[in-house]
Amino acid sequence: MALLTCQNLSLGYDAKVILHDLSFSVGSGDYLCIVGENGSGKSTLMRTVLGLQPPVHGNVLAGDGLKPNEIGYLPQQTVVQKDFPASVKEIVLSGCQGRCGIRPFYSKTEKKLAAEAMDKMGIPHLASRCYRELSGGQQQRVLLARALCATRKMLLLDEPVSGLDPKVTGEMYRLIGELNSRDGITIVMISHDIAAAVKYASHILHIGSEVFFGTKQEYLKSKTGRLFTEEGGAGHEYGN
Amino acid sequence: MNMVIEKIGIYLEYPFVRYALIVGILIALCSSLLGVTLVLKRFSFIGDGLSHVAFAAMAVASILNITNDMPITLIVTVICAVMLLRTGQNTKIKGDAAVAMISVGSLAIGYLLMNLFSTSSNLSGDVCSTLFGSTSILTLAQAEVYLCAILSAVVIVIFVLFYNKIFAVTFDENFAKSSGTKANTYNLLIAVVIAVIIVLAMNLVGSLLISALVIFPALSAMRVFKSFRSVTICSALFSVFCAAFGIIVSILAGTPVGSTIVAADMAGFCLFSMVSVFRR
Repeated sequence: MALLTCQNLSLGYDAKVILHDLSFSVGSGDYLCIVGENGSGKSTLMRTVLGLQPPVHGNVLAGDGLKPNEIGYLPQQTVVQKDFPASVKEIVLSGCQGRCGIRPFYSKTEKKLAAEAMDKMGIPHLASRCYRELSGGQQQRVLLARALCATRKMLLLDEPVSGLDPKVTGEMYRLIGELNSRDGITIVMISHDIAAAVKYASHILHIGSEVFFGTKQEYLKSKTGRLFTEEGGAGHEYGN
Repeated sequence: MNMVIEKIGIYLEYPFVRYALIVGILIALCSSLLGVTLVLKRFSFIGDGLSHVAFAAMAVASILNITNDMPITLIVTVICAVMLLRTGQNTKIKGDAAVAMISVGSLAIGYLLMNLFSTSSNLSGDVCSTLFGSTSILTLAQAEVYLCAILSAVVIVIFVLFYNKIFAVTFDENFAKSSGTKANTYNLLIAVVIAVIIVLAMNLVGSLLISALVIFPALSAMRVFKSFRSVTICSALFSVFCAAFGIIVSILAGTPVGSTIVAADMAGFCLFSMVSVFRR
């Protein structure tokens, strides 16, 4: 049984369907990259998987002991967060909120969990720093640590490297790769960057006019994959 | 200096002065607690908007000759607050536009209704006292003080119990939802609480100046402090101090209570801004 299965999913806003009949599944330990043009429905797909909006048609099923609220989510940054006065520790700890239920305060276990997540991301020295004063890469690490508090199994990352410089981007990919290989956490990542997707991922989901789902090797041999990886650099725009 | 202290001592022997201080401090405390969240959610003007709604509701109540307008005002304001805040980050008319719309709309309707139907001889006086806060804080009855104390206690308890959840929902609503926090419920809770505070605060500073009680403490604290907890605590202390200071000055100098408190808040904000500049 796969961790996450999407069956005949149709997605969209207000009954306007932007993606028809999508089926794919994510197994435990996979590293799936979702690629596609702007407006192809990547973010909508992620919101649907997280249960933030209902699918127009079809099902999202969680299996293999994964509960729907055990998916760690790394969203794109919002305007509100840019000048938010909060310490790194407070933000990471807020990742444990889902475990609390209606209990008002965090327990020792949760505080330990948050400390471990910060260790994994290499940011314990930033714990009492103010979030808005950190660099872009450091902020992403903080949000990733928060996502780790919410899950032990699966991370959904929405363009984790957008706006980061090449060096920090590389570090970010390395960190995510480590979480996948060392801790066995399943990764589902939205990306504009097909080159990186092909380099790091084990599976590729390409959405747009042509839909492809399969392993990286199959993608490289497929028609869509060849189009976007070999000629892609010249003919197609993938910037933000 | 001794004379001033002596004078304050004499005034404090009057019950109405003590009531005004108690109510003023409680309302300032409550509004500053939620102020941090509201400022960060880009709802700084919600105090203004909702207080105009309360103004319109009071106008309707006075036309219908309802003497105790508190319940109807509270209900109408809560409904509007829920409509504004419930949808959170995923709404079609964005926060500031929605607040502005409700704010001017209800102000106009309230004034229109009062003009058309009011039997009072001193219409502009009535409107002015509702908008800018009259001396009503100095004429509080004991029952009103008890009501205010109970509601404030409820607000403070709710805030403390839900502090972590309010933080999670304010910082990142979508993440909170995805990890199983019932963000919509907490948005609703925040909306109801803020509506209660605003109806209470109408008595103190009047509807035009409520925004000041909501935003100045939060903005001042955010200039200096770096974590959510320290910002919240600092803004509560800031607000309580300014309210107490403002009320005492207004009694000693005979100035309007509401505007004096806001002036104290502004002075505090300037002070905190200077501190943050010198720190750099």
